[in-house]
Amino acid sequence: MRAAGAARPPVRARSRDPGFGRVPGPLRALLGALLGTLIASSALLGLAAPALAAPALAPLQPSRGALSPPAPPDQPGLPVSGTLRNVDGTLLAGVRVQALAAGSQQVASTLSDASGRWELTVPTPGRYTFRIDRQSLPRGVSVLQGEVVRDVAPGTLSLVVFRFGTQRAGLQTSASATAARVLVDGIRFGLVIGITGVGLSLIFGTTGLTNFAHGELVTIGAVLAWTLNVTFGLQLIWAAALAIVAGGALGAANDLAIWRPMRRRRASLVAQLVISIGLALALRYLVLIYFGGRSQSFADYTNQVERNYGFISITDKDLATIVISLVVLVGVALLLQRTRIGKAMRAVADNRDLAASSGINVERVVLFVWILAGALAALGGVLFGLSELGGTVQYEMGFNLLLLMFAGVILGGLGTAYGALVGCLIVGVLVEVSAQIIPVDLKYLGGLAVLIVILVIRPQGLLGSRARIG
Amino acid sequence: MRAEAPDVVPGQPGAGKPDPVLVIDSITRSFGGVRAVDVAHLEFQRGWITGLIGPNGAGKTTLFNLLTGFDRPDTGRWTFDGIPLSRLAPHQVARRGVVRTFQLTKALAKLTVLDNMRLAAPKQTGERFFGALLGTWGRQEQANTRKAMELLARFQLDAKAEDLAGCLSGGQRKLLEMARALMMDPTVVMLDEPMAGVNPALTESLLKHVKSLRDDGMTVVFVEHDMDVIRDISDWVVVMAQGRVIAEGRPEALSSNKTVVDAYLGAHHDQALEFDAEGNPVGQTAVLVAEIESELEAAIERGQDLSA
Amino acid sequence: MIDIPSLLTNGIAALVGPSTIFFALLAIGLNIHFGYTGLLNFGQIGFALVGGYGMGIAVLYFGLPLWSGVLVGMAAGMVLALLLGIPTLRLRADYLAIVTIAAAEILRLITRSTSMTDFSGGTQGLTGYGGGFRQLSPFDNGRFYSFYGVRFLGQDLWSICVGWTVVGLSLILVFLLVRSPWGRVLKAIREDEDAVRALGKNVFVYKMQALVLGGVFGAVGGIIFALTTQSLTPDFYSPPQTFFAYAALIIGGAGRVLGPVVGSMIFWFVLSITDNFLRQATAGSNPLISFIDNQDVGAIRFVLVGVALAALMMFRPQGIFGKRSEVLPDAR
Repeated sequence: MRAAGAARPPVRARSRDPGFGRVPGPLRALLGALLGTLIASSALLGLAAPALAAPALAPLQPSRGALSPPAPPDQPGLPVSGTLRNVDGTLLAGVRVQALAAGSQQVASTLSDASGRWELTVPTPGRYTFRIDRQSLPRGVSVLQGEVVRDVAPGTLSLVVFRFGTQRAGLQTSASATAARVLVDGIRFGLVIGITGVGLSLIFGTTGLTNFAHGELVTIGAVLAWTLNVTFGLQLIWAAALAIVAGGALGAANDLAIWRPMRRRRASLVAQLVISIGLALALRYLVLIYFGGRSQSFADYTNQVERNYGFISITDKDLATIVISLVVLVGVALLLQRTRIGKAMRAVADNRDLAASSGINVERVVLFVWILAGALAALGGVLFGLSELGGTVQYEMGFNLLLLMFAGVILGGLGTAYGALVGCLIVGVLVEVSAQIIPVDLKYLGGLAVLIVILVIRPQGLLGSRARIG
Repeated sequence: MRAEAPDVVPGQPGAGKPDPVLVIDSITRSFGGVRAVDVAHLEFQRGWITGLIGPNGAGKTTLFNLLTGFDRPDTGRWTFDGIPLSRLAPHQVARRGVVRTFQLTKALAKLTVLDNMRLAAPKQTGERFFGALLGTWGRQEQANTRKAMELLARFQLDAKAEDLAGCLSGGQRKLLEMARALMMDPTVVMLDEPMAGVNPALTESLLKHVKSLRDDGMTVVFVEHDMDVIRDISDWVVVMAQGRVIAEGRPEALSSNKTVVDAYLGAHHDQALEFDAEGNPVGQTAVLVAEIESELEAAIERGQDLSA
Repeated sequence: MIDIPSLLTNGIAALVGPSTIFFALLAIGLNIHFGYTGLLNFGQIGFALVGGYGMGIAVLYFGLPLWSGVLVGMAAGMVLALLLGIPTLRLRADYLAIVTIAAAEILRLITRSTSMTDFSGGTQGLTGYGGGFRQLSPFDNGRFYSFYGVRFLGQDLWSICVGWTVVGLSLILVFLLVRSPWGRVLKAIREDEDAVRALGKNVFVYKMQALVLGGVFGAVGGIIFALTTQSLTPDFYSPPQTFFAYAALIIGGAGRVLGPVVGSMIFWFVLSITDNFLRQATAGSNPLISFIDNQDVGAIRFVLVGVALAALMMFRPQGIFGKRSEVLPDAR
């Protein structure tokens, strides 16, 4: 495990940051609220029952290694491999996989290892049927798609993916039930995008910066929580709470180390955008070096079943994701409406110079916005991994989410906190709805298509004012 | 030298002129709840220097932005030589002969002074993509360079022709912007605060240049909030306050006009406007002005994206 | 032990190699966008993708000859620029940046989608479209040619010759354009759009022309690279590649005709040497550098590029040769 050693540099950098020492008072209150929400919802999560009922079909996460090693072609025959992963994310060991040539003649067979991975060799290029031996499956695991036909060609890496779980049966598959499920999934996903997007939008509103490194704040939050959870064995809720604090500190470090000096120098928007993308690139691959290119699972809440609430079935962690997101977002709204710092944030977003001339310490407000955005991004990262990525963390998750955040935030109107929320919800629902129609590996496309459509029709977004876009 | 006697026109807001070049009807523009411009009728006489005055936040620059296409009005139409000009983009307005300058000079600091001038020349073959590639633009460029050098000489900038415009002083930039506008052979020149931020020593020379534009047959409209400057060179003065035209007339007639004095002192209005000794707004007025100015800025930006 | 001669020959090979050519072309396009016009295209790799795939699909799926495939690829770059430019070029700079990076990612996801396997080859990509290119080669494709100890395979040498010819022609085109009044308008737009509008120029049209031109350079880069490698794989066209090109451009100097090429050569020379050094230093049972995992060397280059990009933009936006006074889009 190279995790512990390599984890140091970012953490060290953070604790050295002078800004962390002077966290504004309201932030402490906010972090307290976030923690409280998390702890309260732990009760919800704690009720998780052992897997009895068959879990529903969940989207598989295709592992997309930018750096995936090609298979060595030196041995005769062609390697075919895959990883067996149940819908709940558990890896299935000791399952027999068979390769059948034309005429159902078995040409190879193997057992999956402890990490669910299997690899076998077929003698010649051509079309094969790969099949899971259902007898060898652990009890309670059912197969949705246990046979895959694949043309195996030389010189390429052949991956075969089997899908587990069951199609929802009986009364559950009615159109209205599907619609309800898609809607709930969409709202859940939209809330997660919203949690992260609100911070992005607030940063834009108060400083004019479109922060391309915001996705990395999300990833780092999730990876920190994963490290504390898996490497150090901390319960995920506590791990997430610490990650949120660290995320806030990281946001502060961002502002103090880079953006405050850039504002002082009156760097152009274009220069700032290029800096933020350079930062994003560096951070993303630092995470890759530390964390590795594969999806890795949290230690808690991986094995959950759906509970039936009459019209809708939902796992506890998904329900908790929705509840936490709602509570936090309401908290943010109250912060903006009721507290002094929140009002100051809105004033700065509205008119920076006017706010400054009426005695608001703009730099302090911006620092607070960064802390809030960093903390929300970290929380969003954990929730994103937990709900949308099937309880796993992955180094590119933040970047993938970033594009959807942009879509949501622009849809709502860049710089508007409430607009961002509405926009993100719409994008979330749209992504889930579109996944019903278009192939799963193009799932996020719908959200991005919205981005372009909205720019053509109404570039200021749904709730934005026209002045912002010029 | 005054071409026509200004006193043939009655000194009322919206007064008709003998030969108007720009005619504005019921133009309005609001930002949030604030009505920045609300002009029922206004005419600008051909060949005159018309000064547009009013306190900060009176809507002068907004009116300029509207007339030149940098902002879109909520309502209203206006014509230039009888041709409708409303709803045109800034570059279309400029091509028709209504050319503006900016309050904060927009001399292109990283181009040379000469390139600033040549950039403004209209209908250049070499500015078209394929025209540029064919390389047949040399002769036209030479002609434009000659014209540019003549204009630079007139504005005493010829010695600086090869320098970057960023090296010029504030006053020289104003001169460059004026000279650059003339490269387009405009009919109407709209100068937004040509004296703002200029060394007082240069003011005289600037005023002289503004007058020379009129003597060349151009119509000049300029924004200014210093009454004294206006009195010297204007043939006609339009006074704006809170977005409306509250008076117009000959400059010498206006200094005694009660409405105008009220507009500056604030007696006429619901909300008292307060200014310090140097004419800068203070207190509530400062807040109001800041609000309006920021919305104006936003308006320019908005114009930017909707207009091209 | 570190094998210094091999570091150097690899570095010198990288100076003129296919990667340098590819990123030089991407950066020439970005130079038109960012260097001269001030447009932020964060999805240049998407233009390379439509160029390469446009050609590949035209040849393999529609059975067109290779030369018309090349034209299709370039046209695809043009169409993509129009599609992305129309909604965004009237808005603030960040909208174009967001939309281009999103579009590049959309295109990558579509080409690698299993539902598109018949068309774009899915994750496997495409091969077999470029045989005609190698047949034109005057060199012996399988033979090694040696220049002062730097060796190139015949087929690569052919690609390199064609690639540099295209780079040279592109530079001439850029030179002709930026010294013309057309180029003057672009530079003026980079500095202040409103001033240019007030002078009667249609800024939108100029921006669009710049976006299309730079996009076509990107597409040409994709075409040349796809002909060099003889294969198209979707995951090669990932978003970070665009920022490699940005790093190269800024190193060489944005807003200079030769900037992208010089920058790309320096970029790949340095990257090749550090890469090889790190690989050698971290390999074996008793590595020289033990705290870096040999597998991570690939990722380290991304970190270095990211840091270099941010640091250059902060401290030397004029590139490593430029004078501070020439700093271009950074003034305001």
